[in-house]
Amino acid sequence: MTTTTTTTQPTELDDVRAVTATDKRRLQRKELWRNRSLVLPAVIFLILLTQIPFLTTIGFSLTKWNLLYPNERAFAGFDNYTSALTSGDLWPSIVATVLITAFSVTLAVLFGLLFAVLLDRQFHGRAVARTLMITPFLIMPAAAALIWKYSMFDTNIGMLNWLFRALHLPVVSWSTEHPMMTVVIVLTWQFTPFMMLILLAGLQGQDKGILEAAQVDGAGTWRTFTWITLPHLRMYIEIGVLLGSVIILQVFDPIAILTKGTGGTKTLAYLLYERAFIGLDVGQAAAYGVVTVILTIIVATIALKSVFKVFMAGGSR
Amino acid sequence: MLANKRMLALGTGAVAVAMTVAACSSGAVQSGGGSTGAGGGSVTLNVATVNNGQMKDMEKLKTEYEKANPGTKVNFQVMEEGDLRAAVTADVASGAGQYDIVTIGAYETPQWGSNGWLVDLTPELQSDASYDVNDLLPPVRDVNTFDGKLFAVPFYGESSILMYNKEVLDKAGVKLSQNPTWQEVADAAKKVNTPDRAGICMRGKPGWGDLFAPLTTVVQTFGGSWYDSSWKATVNTPEWKEAVSFYKKMLDDSGEKDPVSYSFNECLTALKEGKAAMWADASVAASMLEAADSPVKGKMGYAHMPVNKTKESGWLWSWNLAIPASTKQKDAAVKFVKWATSKDYIKLVGTKIGWSNVPPGSRTSTYELPEYKDAAKAYAPITLDVMSSVNPKQPGVNPQPWVGIQYVSIPEFQDVGNQCAQLVADYLANRGTIDDALGKCQSIAQQAGDKHKK
Repeated sequence: MTTTTTTTQPTELDDVRAVTATDKRRLQRKELWRNRSLVLPAVIFLILLTQIPFLTTIGFSLTKWNLLYPNERAFAGFDNYTSALTSGDLWPSIVATVLITAFSVTLAVLFGLLFAVLLDRQFHGRAVARTLMITPFLIMPAAAALIWKYSMFDTNIGMLNWLFRALHLPVVSWSTEHPMMTVVIVLTWQFTPFMMLILLAGLQGQDKGILEAAQVDGAGTWRTFTWITLPHLRMYIEIGVLLGSVIILQVFDPIAILTKGTGGTKTLAYLLYERAFIGLDVGQAAAYGVVTVILTIIVATIALKSVFKVFMAGGSR
Repeated sequence: MLANKRMLALGTGAVAVAMTVAACSSGAVQSGGGSTGAGGGSVTLNVATVNNGQMKDMEKLKTEYEKANPGTKVNFQVMEEGDLRAAVTADVASGAGQYDIVTIGAYETPQWGSNGWLVDLTPELQSDASYDVNDLLPPVRDVNTFDGKLFAVPFYGESSILMYNKEVLDKAGVKLSQNPTWQEVADAAKKVNTPDRAGICMRGKPGWGDLFAPLTTVVQTFGGSWYDSSWKATVNTPEWKEAVSFYKKMLDDSGEKDPVSYSFNECLTALKEGKAAMWADASVAASMLEAADSPVKGKMGYAHMPVNKTKESGWLWSWNLAIPASTKQKDAAVKFVKWATSKDYIKLVGTKIGWSNVPPGSRTSTYELPEYKDAAKAYAPITLDVMSSVNPKQPGVNPQPWVGIQYVSIPEFQDVGNQCAQLVADYLANRGTIDDALGKCQSIAQQAGDKHKK
């Protein structure tokens, strides 16, 4: 952008004209539009794919429309929102979603960190160990929930209870007595490998020289880990937490298969499913959906602006 | 810098919106496109079925049909009961036309028929003498008839009975009559209950078709009902409280350990594995307990569903094949439905899979087949007996404004039953009180009842 030397002798006058404010702005704008036009197809595609369904959903949410009464479709105003906000289902559902997401993500990060640190070392069969560790994340969520339901949690044939029996401990009825823990265990199991992969990438990107320097300075393993490795991993942990939360917020399978939404496990996704597919109330389900979207935007905006360093201005890093 | 931050926040917000909305909208409107074209003389029929043994047998035998009808391909989509109901209702109600043949319960048939969602099968079936429509068991035919039109044909019919492991009960010196009371059964269950074998297995999985199928019959025989004759909800009554707390006490004392996980299939496994001694559930289970590969074959005893204040308390249910009005392949679908519910199909199951696997409760002639009579001698007579003695017009002590036993045939019932089942499950798991559960259930039921008040 700055003036470059040209073969012809530049006069002072030429230079002045080239950098007049209006010209510069025009040039910038032109470039800006070229850049924009390159992104435009993708943006249009995105709008078609996301915003039109969203508008349709808003339209549905203002309609009285229950699939069981196909002939009684009419404009309902904000009735669906009123019933969604006053029915008393929304708040417990938000609490369930937040708790399940928070517990699962936290535990998955902790276990993921542990396994990442272990896998960061050199040992025989590391590749095999890594592949085996990743497997839970590759299993379909519904299949994972079924595996846990029958071969782990079951009171008669489940391995956990077999273990408890062998240790002469009382048998635990997982889905009945500890529904939330049941769901969190399955989710943690599934998402630990995900966190592990991200954190392992972080660990392997760490400058070994710094670690050696710390060693030379006499820092022990724990001090090196907490003062050098952890701060270095912060960005990776943040990405892991963000991506993990986005995925787990929408979790459905383990709840549908293990607890059917009982005992404080009725997340927003499951509540939406119930309203849409069991209540068959399209209008109300859409209203719940819109409320969920608004809440998500508010939370996401605040979280991204204040908590996650990753998305802040690059200056601090 | 600030602008960058805002852009990022906005962008992420938009992504969040996109994802949530994609999830919502795919839930709200089911897109079609499941059934493939009928061009070129070849036809693909998409069948939605429930994952019970009898239906899986039909999937095994579909090749016989495909052999006999070249050019026809039959696709089975096997689902769990609750999922099937949700998927099929959404598909049929929105007219998406994903399925050509659907498996529906006796609960849905009259409602869907009156909505015009189903093809009326009466003319097709009556004109075919070899199909012999009058051979279909009258009570089951009645619950699938609306306005004089048969909208679905029973694939099998069932009531509920008490099944018990004779060896276990004999060892404990427990004797049960053919018509036991619930108190007798609860006492017997307590006696045979051991740490690694439940005295009785009862459904506890939240869902109106899971927990509330047996629980509604218990409520009815204890004198309760969902609604009185003017559609006033009667859930917060002493009868309900007595019945539900009885159910919980029986489960606590001698039931399976993890009731919220247990429904039909889980209890069936427990009985077969010897992990439960008794089970009150669908009569169709008897044929699975007596199947050739069952470890408890020949060891089981059967009795009428236990009672308290009524004479009978068995339910009446049938799984039926129906054709959504939205299908593009009506003729091929009718042909398949006729085949799957014909006398010949029953014989085919008998010879190819086993006579004890024959779908029961659909045709009178089934109970006259010598091979079936022999194979099912332990439970066929009692099944027929119970099915003909239950009264779907008034199963409880008081009259009710709908026809049906373990369900209320109003569209809202699956929602009401489902929400109440979750409340009762919380009570079963000691997370709430019975008064709280029934009080909330009462207001949910009343809201639905209000729509049907005259």
